[in-house]
Amino acid sequence: MNQGAKNTLKYLGLAVIGMFFFSFALVPLYNVFCEVTGLNGKIDLSPTKFVQEEPVQGRDLKVQFVSHNNEQMPWSFRPSAEVINITTGKYYTATYFVKNNTDKVMVGQAIPSVAPSNAAAHLKKLECFCFEQQRLLPGEEAYLPVKLLFDNELPESINNVVLSYTIFDVTNTYKDEIVQNTHSMNTKS
Amino acid sequence: MIRATHYMLTNRLTQFLFVIVLSFIGVDVHSQWTDINMTEGVTDISRDVFNLHMLIFYICVAIGVIVFGVMFYSMFMFTRKKNPEPAKFDDHKGLEILWTVIPFLILIGMAVPATNTLKEMYADEEGDINIQVVGYQWKWEYKYLEDNVNFFSNLTTDQDEIYNQVPKGENYLLEVDEPVVIPTGKRIRFLITANDVIHSWWMPDFAIKQDAIPGFINTAWTVVEEPGIYRGQCTELCGKNHGFMPVVVKVVTPEEYELWVAEKKEAAYQLALLTEKEWSLSELMLKGEEVYAKNCVACHQTNGMGIQGIFPKLAGSEIVLNNKSRNVEILMEGVQGAAMQSFANQLSEIDIAAVITYTRQAWGNDSDGDGKIVVPKEIVEYKENKNNI
Amino acid sequence: MSAVVESHDHHHGPAKGISRWLFTTNHKDIGTLYLWFSFAMFLIGGAMAMVIRAELFQPGMQIVEPEFYNQMLTLHGLIMVFGAVMPAFVGLANWLVPMMVGAPDMALPRMNNLSFWILPFAFGVMLSSLFMEGGAPNFGWTFYAPLSTTYAPPSVTFFIFSVHILGASSIMGAINVIVTIMNMRAPGMTLMKMPLFVWSWLITAYLLIAVMPVLAGAVTMMLMDIHFGTSFFNAAGGGDPVLFQHIFWFFGHPEVYIMILPAFGIASHIISTFSRKKLFGYTSMVWAMVSIAILSFVVWAHHMFTVGMPLAAELFFMWATMLIAVPTGVKVFNWVATMFRGSITYETPMLFAICFVVLFTIGGFSGLMLAITPADFQYHDTYFVVAHFHYVLVPGSVFSIMAAVYYWLPKWCGNMYDERLGRLHFWLSFIGVNVTFFPQHFIGLAGMPRRIPDYALQFADWNMISTAGAFLFGASQILFLFIVVKTVMGGKKATPEVWEGAQGLEWTVDSPPPYHTFSTPPLVK
Repeated sequence: MNQGAKNTLKYLGLAVIGMFFFSFALVPLYNVFCEVTGLNGKIDLSPTKFVQEEPVQGRDLKVQFVSHNNEQMPWSFRPSAEVINITTGKYYTATYFVKNNTDKVMVGQAIPSVAPSNAAAHLKKLECFCFEQQRLLPGEEAYLPVKLLFDNELPESINNVVLSYTIFDVTNTYKDEIVQNTHSMNTKS
Repeated sequence: MIRATHYMLTNRLTQFLFVIVLSFIGVDVHSQWTDINMTEGVTDISRDVFNLHMLIFYICVAIGVIVFGVMFYSMFMFTRKKNPEPAKFDDHKGLEILWTVIPFLILIGMAVPATNTLKEMYADEEGDINIQVVGYQWKWEYKYLEDNVNFFSNLTTDQDEIYNQVPKGENYLLEVDEPVVIPTGKRIRFLITANDVIHSWWMPDFAIKQDAIPGFINTAWTVVEEPGIYRGQCTELCGKNHGFMPVVVKVVTPEEYELWVAEKKEAAYQLALLTEKEWSLSELMLKGEEVYAKNCVACHQTNGMGIQGIFPKLAGSEIVLNNKSRNVEILMEGVQGAAMQSFANQLSEIDIAAVITYTRQAWGNDSDGDGKIVVPKEIVEYKENKNNI
Repeated sequence: MSAVVESHDHHHGPAKGISRWLFTTNHKDIGTLYLWFSFAMFLIGGAMAMVIRAELFQPGMQIVEPEFYNQMLTLHGLIMVFGAVMPAFVGLANWLVPMMVGAPDMALPRMNNLSFWILPFAFGVMLSSLFMEGGAPNFGWTFYAPLSTTYAPPSVTFFIFSVHILGASSIMGAINVIVTIMNMRAPGMTLMKMPLFVWSWLITAYLLIAVMPVLAGAVTMMLMDIHFGTSFFNAAGGGDPVLFQHIFWFFGHPEVYIMILPAFGIASHIISTFSRKKLFGYTSMVWAMVSIAILSFVVWAHHMFTVGMPLAAELFFMWATMLIAVPTGVKVFNWVATMFRGSITYETPMLFAICFVVLFTIGGFSGLMLAITPADFQYHDTYFVVAHFHYVLVPGSVFSIMAAVYYWLPKWCGNMYDERLGRLHFWLSFIGVNVTFFPQHFIGLAGMPRRIPDYALQFADWNMISTAGAFLFGASQILFLFIVVKTVMGGKKATPEVWEGAQGLEWTVDSPPPYHTFSTPPLVK
């Protein structure tokens, strides 16, 4: 094989390996792209930096809260208030009622989603029960808070936002921990 | 010479058949327009979509006629026999530029109305009525957020119809027990998600299709002016019964809608009584004694001793003392070959739970046996479990 | 399959018996292996299609259960895409590219052998999953998560293993093609003098290099989600099922162009030869293929219009997708212009090639309709999509492969096929394909979703017709098998030129060619 062919071969091999890693890079790239452009309604699963409440009068916004138990996960899970009428630029605290109706320790993970999706970039959450897994003892109940703000840059066309939380049963990923730590409590009020 | 003739004949025949069959494809077959074309639907958006679809279709037909026209012309006129000397050209810059630019302009012409219609569809504002739609394997759940009405919507087509034992009904595979009911004239917003795998909610008459994705919410909206029943299906492969989870929406007048909501709320209240209310022992005993007196005394007697050899005693009975699940089963199913019938259809869940609780507590049974009581919710669950098998 | 002809070089002839086929590094032998393998897979995938269409003959469940039906539709797709169409094009590349560029063989002959032999192994694994507990993969050839991860049968792991192997085969094949074309052309053959089939494969090979590793990444992520507790596609763990679709279709869209570009090359050769006229607009034809390939990277989300993407994204993908119609249209116009004022005869390859242009264009029209996002909300996941892709794949890719076989088989084996039988095969296939797939446009528009084993009554008539067409089409392929076998076994002897006016280096060597051709490179003017 001549040198030219060897070079081509080398570059092609590198290209193949590069594209394989590129596909894995697509995972964080997708998230970064969504966050930067606010597309897809993906919400941060970590707290945003504290945003100063704006002195300028914001505008009215209706926020509806929705819940769903994935795979009929046996907790009670519902928003305390189904609708709140708020103003952009200010923080509000909403809560979700949750109760473990079974006789076993369980761990749940709530995943948020916002509609319309272009509202997601303007939603800031200082605190959210979706940031962490929630462990509940049998029969334990709690009111889980989410402290949120919609900034004033929220597009004018949006007057109504739906914030949805789906709760998943993630107990299986914590089997060992639960066995060891059945006595520790992790309540949030 | 002979070979050449034979060859040309076959050639002609070939061309002839070719063109005939090809043009046959374009001929409209005698059938309903709705059997071969998209529905116009019943909303402004659905009509816009239909018109867009027809516009693009006609443009494609026009382009096809021109391009295939030139091609078929060439196929007839430039056979080797008719044109033994082929032309020598293999390029023409002007022509190439022309047939690059013109299609590009045609596309822009298509893109403009398409963009406008899409923008309309995305103008997602507040809904007068918000309905959370959840796709399950293999049914839909609907939750009306404002009116607090929740229910599941299951296919009602019988297995017998599906397996060809009985004739198929008119709405075969497109009928459900509980359709979505919405009023005319109001803006309805659908909040679509899923419980397990990805499903997709499609209502062709409203031109709405959004994927139902577990953990995420998608929205769609509609305003319908025409009352009627509209049918769609799940449109994302979701497992074994993907083809068996239809979408049915019933559009009614606002008055009828309010009536329906009231009915649903009443039913929900009744169900809550059965499943959520905390029944106290004394409440159950009071009710149970009443039910026993009316339905059981004839055979099992007031003292629960039955009649020796004919009707079994309940006082001190092994089943009543220690076998709660068999106890429930007997009331719900009856006993084969015996006079004890099933009471599932005659007595309400409250009554059945109460009378079983009464028999498990009365005549000293509470101290002799496990003393377990039965609450209405358990009877509801028993029925549900039976239906799921 | 190629007859053994003693060449005047000092090479040996081929080995004897089964060793020849197991250990060959000869591009002609390997091309033959790929082509026979793909034919076998075409028949197996076709049998599955017969099961599907049989069940859909009438409303109601008559033949199979829904669970098994889902396995059939999944395997049908996987086998046709990865087992029939792609290996067939690789087989054609192997036979033709070295001869067309005047090279003695492919650049990496031993890797060439490996690329082929891992295929039967991979498909053996995939097909054996039918007999595993839980059955074969049942989540569609597009295997969306979480249906294909959390909710998949145990055989999914074997499916992933088999996809990795198929991917490796394609990647190695593509590397071989590029190195051969870029480094082993005969002196005087500049890039712009290369035959169009070679150009089409050069571009296809680059696409394969770019996207097959992405498919490998996607299935690796699936494997990790299923077995190693990651959450790429699982919302509970912070992942996103829609991410799967983005990664898959980033591969998937270029993949469908991988399955059509070589067909474009084949059509250009055949139409030019049987019109006895040089291909119109060689340069534009090359640039059109390049533009199509580049554009194919930025349109993937048109498979995902209903997933909930924001308006800006939907508009971008709509416009980009519509744009692909421009270079594709240029190609169609150029083929027609090649025929215009030509001197045309209608031997079987030409029949298939002309039919390819017409019916592929019809598939292109339904593709343009699908590109229009608001309308797509009514077409997505219905039989309208099924009709579209079967038009571009069956009278598109598959007919081009059949055309290629009729065109080059006399070269490969030295015998002419029976022209009357060839034409019969053509007409039966033509009628079959249209009766099968044209009505599917109707039922899709009328509201029938895809991937369902049973349907509402208003779809019954067209489904019945479609099934009839499918059985006709299926039976016709047995005729094709017969024709190919008969030709290989004997027939009128073919000249080196075979077809009057055929251009290209492959027509300068004997029919059949010596086992080793162009050991000394020819001079190209």
